[in-house]
Amino acid sequence: MTRDWKRSSLFLAVTQNLPTFAVDFLLTKYLYMSNQYETVFIATPVLSDSQMKEAVAKFKKIITDSKGEIVYEEDWGLKKLAYPIQKKSTGFYHLIEFRAEPDMIAKLEVEYRRDERILRFLTMKMEKYAVVYAEKKRATKSAEQKQEKE
Amino acid sequence: MAQDNSEIRYLTPPTVEIKKKKYCRFKKSRIRYIDYKDPEFLKKFLNEQGKILPRRLTGTSLKFQRKIAVAIKRARHLALLPYVTDMLK
Repeated sequence: MTRDWKRSSLFLAVTQNLPTFAVDFLLTKYLYMSNQYETVFIATPVLSDSQMKEAVAKFKKIITDSKGEIVYEEDWGLKKLAYPIQKKSTGFYHLIEFRAEPDMIAKLEVEYRRDERILRFLTMKMEKYAVVYAEKKRATKSAEQKQEKE
Repeated sequence: MAQDNSEIRYLTPPTVEIKKKKYCRFKKSRIRYIDYKDPEFLKKFLNEQGKILPRRLTGTSLKFQRKIAVAIKRARHLALLPYVTDMLK
């Protein structure tokens, strides 16, 4: 699908006789092809807290700048790696869940590769059940936190 | 005495193995998604060297074995699980 499909003759022909709200509905439901993704990256343990925050902010900005929408993020903190990567045995893990257009993933991954602070990254599209699972996990987590507060 | 003769007697009674039927734990507990971010759970499907256990040992159905394999490989990439070790458990 080309980028300017909204102006394509086919799209205009289909939507010509429809009321505007119907067009909007169709657009949001079928044509706006945004997917939910999940990305985890490992940053070097040499970073200070503020540097780490800056790195996270950088990648969040990349997502939001390309019309992505951050659904959830989680900081796992400093974790021990199961095997050394670049001679480092620990790393800062950070998870971001977001909704975005598929063509921005390549951009994000290029940024990951360029950044020397990033040891590893993994981006994957969340399937239907993955989204359900993540939401459920979050719900139980927040419920537990509430209970602890009480 | 007549009864004893009719039966075959062993010095050590033969052990009759009661085969437990294996089942797919994902189908049984209706788990649909296997999370790669949970290494403790994935360790159930690895042997001591960190190799993925075959289906014939774990009893997992083919559909979920594939998903487990993918999840384990993702976890390994993120250094949540090792590629090779000794004494994982």
